[in-house]
Amino acid sequence: MALSMKSVLRSGRNAVTILRRRAFHRSAPAAAQVTVRDALNQALDEELERDERVFLLGEEVAQYDGAYKVSRGLWKKYGDKRIIDTPISEMGFTGIAVGAAMAGLRPICEFMTFNFSMQAIDQVINSAAKTNYMSAGRQAVPIVFRGPNGSSAGVAAQHSQCFAAWYAHCPGLKVVSPWNSEDAKGLLKSAIRDDNPVVFLENELMYGVPFEMSDEAQSKDFTVPIGKAKVERQGSHVTLVSHSRYVGHCLDAAAVLAKEGIECEVVNLRTIRPMDVESIEASVMKTNHLVTVEGGWPQFGVGAEICARIMEGPAFNYLDAPATRVTGVDIPMPYAKILEDNSVPQIKDIIFSIKKTLNM
Amino acid sequence: MQNLLSFLSNALCRITGRNSGAQTVSELLIGLSEYVSLTSPSAPDLAQTQRLPPKPPPAARVVASRSSADFTPQVALDIKKCDLHRLEEGPPVKATLTREQGLQYYRTMQTVRRMELKADQLYKQKIIRGFCHLYDGQEACAAGVEAAINPSDHVITAYRAHGYTYTRGVSVKEILCELTGRRGGVSKGKGGSMHMYAPRFYGGNGIVGAQVPLGAGIALACQYQGNNQLCVTLYGDGAANQGQLFEAFNMAALWKLPCVFICENNQYSMGMSTERASASTDYYKRGDYIPGMRVDGMDILCVREAVKFAADFCRAGKGPIVMELQTYRYHGHSMSDPGVSYRSREEVQEVRSKNDPITLLKEQMLSNNMASVEELKELDVAIRKEVEEAARFATADPEPPLDDMCNHIFKNDPPMEVRGTNPWSRLKSVS
Repeated sequence: MALSMKSVLRSGRNAVTILRRRAFHRSAPAAAQVTVRDALNQALDEELERDERVFLLGEEVAQYDGAYKVSRGLWKKYGDKRIIDTPISEMGFTGIAVGAAMAGLRPICEFMTFNFSMQAIDQVINSAAKTNYMSAGRQAVPIVFRGPNGSSAGVAAQHSQCFAAWYAHCPGLKVVSPWNSEDAKGLLKSAIRDDNPVVFLENELMYGVPFEMSDEAQSKDFTVPIGKAKVERQGSHVTLVSHSRYVGHCLDAAAVLAKEGIECEVVNLRTIRPMDVESIEASVMKTNHLVTVEGGWPQFGVGAEICARIMEGPAFNYLDAPATRVTGVDIPMPYAKILEDNSVPQIKDIIFSIKKTLNM
Repeated sequence: MQNLLSFLSNALCRITGRNSGAQTVSELLIGLSEYVSLTSPSAPDLAQTQRLPPKPPPAARVVASRSSADFTPQVALDIKKCDLHRLEEGPPVKATLTREQGLQYYRTMQTVRRMELKADQLYKQKIIRGFCHLYDGQEACAAGVEAAINPSDHVITAYRAHGYTYTRGVSVKEILCELTGRRGGVSKGKGGSMHMYAPRFYGGNGIVGAQVPLGAGIALACQYQGNNQLCVTLYGDGAANQGQLFEAFNMAALWKLPCVFICENNQYSMGMSTERASASTDYYKRGDYIPGMRVDGMDILCVREAVKFAADFCRAGKGPIVMELQTYRYHGHSMSDPGVSYRSREEVQEVRSKNDPITLLKEQMLSNNMASVEELKELDVAIRKEVEEAARFATADPEPPLDDMCNHIFKNDPPMEVRGTNPWSRLKSVS
């Protein structure tokens, strides 16, 4: 269970008390604080070293060290052949990446943000996702499309969309959305090693957040399986299902509610497609209440899919109340801080929704 | 009786100057009748007639009366000079053609032709459905490209792909089976006309222009792996206006990718003639900073020499080249287009009679004594038979089994469940 210091402090607990308590707590040996950015960087470095066919291409990934510094140091280490700066030509370089994957390489195609992936979405869907099927297994496309997804801070409508629902709609794609450093590193390594097209949705606001990473998680062979959710916090009263940054919000909400005696179970999806419905069902069958939390828009979104699946499965009969979705507000993202803050789920919104679901 | 036969036959030989004697009475009678017709006053034309051997019974194997030694083994032919863009020199203006090559090219083009015409027939019988974009008229392009590159090179094209699917090694049977949507198809019935693949052949792509960045990517892989291979990336005059082409051109030139970009200009993009769709119809110049060549796409030797030139250029590390093959399609854009609302029947007929690629090669071979009319006829018969058999198989082959429907979504993945049309329908998917 990795509680970030930031989130603990935000929830108002006394830092000194925490630290004192931590002195007696038996932690894993040589665990380190690693930011999500560094975890991604480690994953890229390790996989580039492990397999010569792996290479990274995208805008500013080489000499600029990455628009968000995720690929810092890689160009210096691996050179022009493996780390390729492209012109501003999403459709072109995405097609080039997919073609390279078809011809035996294992490209990592970076979108500076997933908003720009719309320029290239035909190559992702029609050239990458569908090809193995259309060729009856003759032509695989081992490629990773990665980059920051969802809202950032003050970047307004054209740069804040969440694409989880769009990509997760399509068969032939795997869609992954890590939350913490362990997720980021383990899932990126799995994505790179996967022989199929994987859409890897990062989050810009999470890049700088440090998390504790165990020794095991720091090893070169550490991977997190695609398609398996993780229960970040055990609970018995309500199941919170989330992905990416909002897993942290759910844990914060859970910490507040614990003081009132409400124990939330927090499920970190980790993978959007294929979704680990079994884990959600098992949790709902235990807690009898379901709240989904996401940054994306409500209509036809991740939460909507979860609700539909729960209705179709065994967990429905265990629900004591209809499932609730906490989502971004159904508007293009505004710029002014007060408007932006209120356009995405805040901890108070999650708490409010949980209490409504629990009929409190 | 035999003595009389030989006596008369020998006499006839001495009179007519013929070499071989009659072996049977009927042959003798044929010989006599020929002699009579040859010497009759009404037969000045017949006197020029080549003496043909007696017609054998239908089931017998036809044996060409002339051996290979009678034919010219090799000839150097003049070919049209290519228009050049940013190139000091272009492909040679003479092409060497050997008898073997000629027969092979003829066979390839004729097979593609017959296969496409058979597809037309099957489509009209509703045995093929959906999209069907036929390649007849453009055979010299596919055959010429394949003749110029190595089997280890790579090819990618758009949706008018049946010709390349064949030249890249997929059998007529597997192609027709895929068109009829049966389990024997090269994509097991899951792809259809536009999605057929083979080693080093990347389809078959349905989205106009999308194959061009893909091709540049394949070329990048060749460069990355240092294997001296290249990628031939084909597109049409319509796709030439797609933005992603110019993105691909830029990166290919920047990084000197071994990519031969080829525009198969068949004059029409669906119903849009080149003048109606393009501000510049010099497609070979569209690469701007990339050298280009405009080639007669109806002459297989022209195509071959030009692609060879381009391939050498790329392999030398000089970067990409843009080629334009001027060609023509006899059919409409697809089977749902009769192809006469935007062009005249006379135009189609004119190309057929004056500029057909197969006829051009045939004439070249015959006039240079590289093959006989019978030999080519034999080939035609054999090819027709092959296509006919393939069509019969493709019509009789069963459709794919329903439990194959959800397979091949992923590669090398454990089996998984796929939702069917309703929540209780849980289908199985294996890699």
